[in-house]
Amino acid sequence: MDSSLIPRGLQRTSFPRFLAWVLPWVALLGVGLFAVYLCLAYGLNQTNMDNRFAFGAWIYLDLTVIALGAGAFFTGFLLYILRRKELAAVINSAVVIGFICYSGAVAVLMVDVGQPLRAWFTFWHPNVHSMLTEVTFCITCYLTVLAIEYVPLILKNRKLRKNASMLLFEFQLHKLMVVFAGIGTFLSFFHQGSLGGLYGVLVGRPFAFRPAFGIWPSTFFLFILSAAAAGPSFILLTSWLVSKIARKPLVAPDVYRTLGRISGSILLVYVLLKAVDTLVWINRTAPGLGFQASSFYRYGDFGSWILFAEIVLLGLLPALMLLSSRVAQHTGWLVTAAAMACSGIVLNRFVMTIQTLALPTLPFDAFLSYVPSWQEVATFLAVIAYGVLVYSFSFRYLNLFPQERELRSA
Amino acid sequence: MVIDLDRCTGCGACVIACAVENNVPPAHEGTTPRTGLTWMRVVRVDDGRSFPDTRSVFVPLMCQQCDHHTPCVSVCPQNAVEYDEETGIVTQVPVRCLGCRYCMTACPYHARYFNWWDPEWPAGMEQTLNPDVSTRMRGVAEKCNFCHGRLQAARAKAAAGSRPLAPDDYQPACVEACPTEAIVFGDLNDPRSTVSAAASSPDTFRLLEHLGTGPKVRYRSRSAAVRESLTRNSVSSEKEQVHG
Repeated sequence: MDSSLIPRGLQRTSFPRFLAWVLPWVALLGVGLFAVYLCLAYGLNQTNMDNRFAFGAWIYLDLTVIALGAGAFFTGFLLYILRRKELAAVINSAVVIGFICYSGAVAVLMVDVGQPLRAWFTFWHPNVHSMLTEVTFCITCYLTVLAIEYVPLILKNRKLRKNASMLLFEFQLHKLMVVFAGIGTFLSFFHQGSLGGLYGVLVGRPFAFRPAFGIWPSTFFLFILSAAAAGPSFILLTSWLVSKIARKPLVAPDVYRTLGRISGSILLVYVLLKAVDTLVWINRTAPGLGFQASSFYRYGDFGSWILFAEIVLLGLLPALMLLSSRVAQHTGWLVTAAAMACSGIVLNRFVMTIQTLALPTLPFDAFLSYVPSWQEVATFLAVIAYGVLVYSFSFRYLNLFPQERELRSA
Repeated sequence: MVIDLDRCTGCGACVIACAVENNVPPAHEGTTPRTGLTWMRVVRVDDGRSFPDTRSVFVPLMCQQCDHHTPCVSVCPQNAVEYDEETGIVTQVPVRCLGCRYCMTACPYHARYFNWWDPEWPAGMEQTLNPDVSTRMRGVAEKCNFCHGRLQAARAKAAAGSRPLAPDDYQPACVEACPTEAIVFGDLNDPRSTVSAAASSPDTFRLLEHLGTGPKVRYRSRSAAVRESLTRNSVSSEKEQVHG
């Protein structure tokens, strides 16, 4: 049964070995689901969030996976709209990763809110002025788009293809893929930006707040750019990782180089704009709100090294590495640069979520610390386990890397 | 509302009165100062000097009822926070709240609270619940609304008497309970009101005024040191002490 599901011409590990790989992740998912049960049954007192640290590890996770999952929309945009045909080698994998990231984020959000059964209220009583409304609308719509993009991959499975109607449906869906890529790009553009705007509008959090029009360039567009930069790097990273775990080449080296160049170019633009934004914030925005920018970096471990790490070490440096033709010749260096680029965006989301909340606002406030509970960590890990499992099954039974067959015979 | 800090002794009567009036449940086992439902709390702010030279001021802190640029109203994705144009009071609609806590993240005064536990009253104590105020459920945010139940009751009473609402018809529970009359409440837009006169005093100030949220709760103190310590932008205290 198992071997008859594996795509023709592809080599996969034996079923017992596959099971041995899958079982630890199933166990991790099980622990995470138990933590989810505790949170849903007993309430969010199972977490270490509180009235002052109302957003915690889960919101950080959501922001991070949605940024990393941007590879799906951006690769789709480049392939179907800008006709970068070489990216067809990774589009299937990108769609699966996007689907995992977005569905994982939505699942965690359902645990994170106090009344998950009221999730539909946002559609029924929407506050059109809220960035979160926009995020909710776009993420749910885009998750649907990702599911639709995932369906043709599943329908292409060897067994399912035997059913003529399935094959026809897959063919028709595939013809519409350019439309879905367009819709996905449109939706992603908005919710990636709104996730930044989520913090930019917080007048009560001077560290993140950008007054009036400043919300757009400082948070909205920077978030879009950073996600567009991180997405291809994450696709590069995951493709390489899967290739190492599976011990076989999956994409040609020039695809890695293309992904690296695209990611590096956008990252460079992002880093330059981020640097300009930071300078404007230090010299105009923060003083305009009555604060010295340096005062935000006096607390705990959140020193100004964070800015350096975010903009230079994990921003400018990987951007230049990704654009360097010498680095591009060595896949190892290219992967290192991609990992650094992703880390920079992960750090940015950490700063926006955690540092923003940790900093005091009232004159008699204290700097706050927050350590997630095991239930929060387990839920976090469950999303990773879920992602690994969905990807593992997809990799085994679906043709995620169209070049794999020819690279094998080469 | 104007709160005279020179009169506040930090007794916590306002905190208790608020909790009783608004059906705030007793703290669940495991509650910390950061997870409790304290619509009103009294924060002790020290001047940083050590005993016996230290000087403290007690700051009753509740929702500051921000003006049109209310941070929590605009962020709520499902209109569960409302701004009453007539009274200027910001109210929470718990039955519509999703529990996303974005409003809590947005509030610079940390005056919004989440129901981390199911509300529970010891057997028999539920008899003391205020019938004019609905209880809230686990997983929603709540906050001070200047005793909305009392406002509604006063409106109903005035309507029954075919007369407009008079300033003395309605006072929040904290105002009534304060033994030193440190809290004055009324219509800030009425220049003849006591609260309006108190608010126009030169020793009156607002918390985080520079953020532009336009809070309608004012504080006053004749001590310049107190005014300075509560209005400066830099943050210096190492530890917050919550009283009550």
